[in-house]
Amino acid sequence: MATLNQLVIGASIGAVLLLIALGLTFTFGQMGVINMAHGEFIMAGAYTAYLLQPLVGTQSVLVALPVAFAVAGVLGLILERLAIRHFYGRPLDTLLLTWGISLVLQQVARDIFGAPNVQVRAPGWLTGGLDLGVRLPYNRVFIMVLAVGCVLAIWLYLTRLRHGRRMRAVMQNRQLAAVSGVATERVDQLTFFIGSGLAGVAGVALTLIGPVGPTLGTNYIVDAFLVVVAGGLGQLRGAVIAAFALGILNSFVEFWVDNGASLAKVVVFAVIIGFLQLRPQGMFVVRTRALS
Amino acid sequence: MLTVQGLDVAYGRAQVLFGVDLEAPAGSLVCVMGRNGVGKTTLLKAVMGVLPVRSGRVHFAGEEITGLKTHERVRRGLGYVPPGHETFPQLTVGENLQVAAEATGRPSQGAVDEALDLFPALPVLLKRRAGFLSGGQQQQLAIARALVGRPKMLLLDEPTEGIQPSIILEIEEAVQRLHRELGLAILLVEQYLELALRLADRFVILDAGEVVRSGDRAELRDPSVHALLSV
Repeated sequence: MATLNQLVIGASIGAVLLLIALGLTFTFGQMGVINMAHGEFIMAGAYTAYLLQPLVGTQSVLVALPVAFAVAGVLGLILERLAIRHFYGRPLDTLLLTWGISLVLQQVARDIFGAPNVQVRAPGWLTGGLDLGVRLPYNRVFIMVLAVGCVLAIWLYLTRLRHGRRMRAVMQNRQLAAVSGVATERVDQLTFFIGSGLAGVAGVALTLIGPVGPTLGTNYIVDAFLVVVAGGLGQLRGAVIAAFALGILNSFVEFWVDNGASLAKVVVFAVIIGFLQLRPQGMFVVRTRALS
Repeated sequence: MLTVQGLDVAYGRAQVLFGVDLEAPAGSLVCVMGRNGVGKTTLLKAVMGVLPVRSGRVHFAGEEITGLKTHERVRRGLGYVPPGHETFPQLTVGENLQVAAEATGRPSQGAVDEALDLFPALPVLLKRRAGFLSGGQQQQLAIARALVGRPKMLLLDEPTEGIQPSIILEIEEAVQRLHRELGLAILLVEQYLELALRLADRFVILDAGEVVRSGDRAELRDPSVHALLSV
């Protein structure tokens, strides 16, 4: 019974990681930009939900999802236009730059909202849970459904729509896309908008399972990068499997060991380091003649 | 149709092209020749705006395009096939063509059909991922991809390099047909004299980044030309 409970908690953490990693799959996996400020887009999404609460009332979560997507997306777009695009092809400089920006954004949040955490109240239909022998809290179920929905939406976007196809073309061969007539800069902007927007959605999801603070994103960003690397760069299904594996592993180690929270981190890092020793390219890789 | 004047191009401090002039009239097939590393590929990339030029001008279809971005040049009617049979490896053959057709802003099934018509091997492969095709099939796809935008001029960079002989013939026939039957202007980078003799109206020979010889097809038979091309 306890085992099943841990499974549910782990899967919902995995779902949050997946939502964050989905955004990174776009900006890091596909464009190769290490954006440390991605975590602050999560925070921005969470504070968006907090700000909307008094305006919209109890159903604010549903309104907050699209609004947070737009807010975080626009933040990402501004960051790309003002800063990151001048550093394409220089990953280490991008890392430093975005880390600095991430600290600035955290301080901005402290100045606006104060250092202490704030709470977003979940709507009534998300409190409580379903008892099926194992208890399924509605908020965690909602997060899982949200993550699965986002994966499906992205998959459809990338494979079925004109803009998604164009995006894949640019990521696979930027120069060839340009000489085929694709406005690659425009595609970069859109990629960044969507990737960052997904971080905002993840932020709203996090308000359902915990308090909101200026360092909210920092707690998740490293794990999310690990998910992307372990899953294989730019690979959607790799990210899905790695996110749930990481979340569940984490929740079980926390449960089995006394004071498990920090030990769980150690175990998870060790497992991933071991895994990457065996498969440095991650779970899935792109295999074609063209790349050999 | 395409006029290049005094083109200087450099990679950092290493200058590769020195004052290159080139004239390709509408409907002509001009062959750019020369040994490895003399700047043929660089010239085409500079014309497409993939590489920045240090000085000089490029005019196309009565308009200066020197400052335009690559995709703007494509939309004005320049088609380009880079060297080394490049594709979008994870997209299917059909998607490869679709991306290019949509990028021109006026996608048309007719243009896609025309491009496929030129390469009978491609239609049966439409659902295959491009990365899994053979080199020769990828090159045919690369040319078809450049054609779906209905360009006014096609830039081909060594389309037969490293391709199996049977497909080289098909590609050569396709280039012939595009030029002779459809009247497309073509700028062809080619190392092999025999192929140039069969296809070209005019030729330009580069050596160490400069134009050292140009003329019409008959002059290609001159022994001095042979000396410029042999290693």
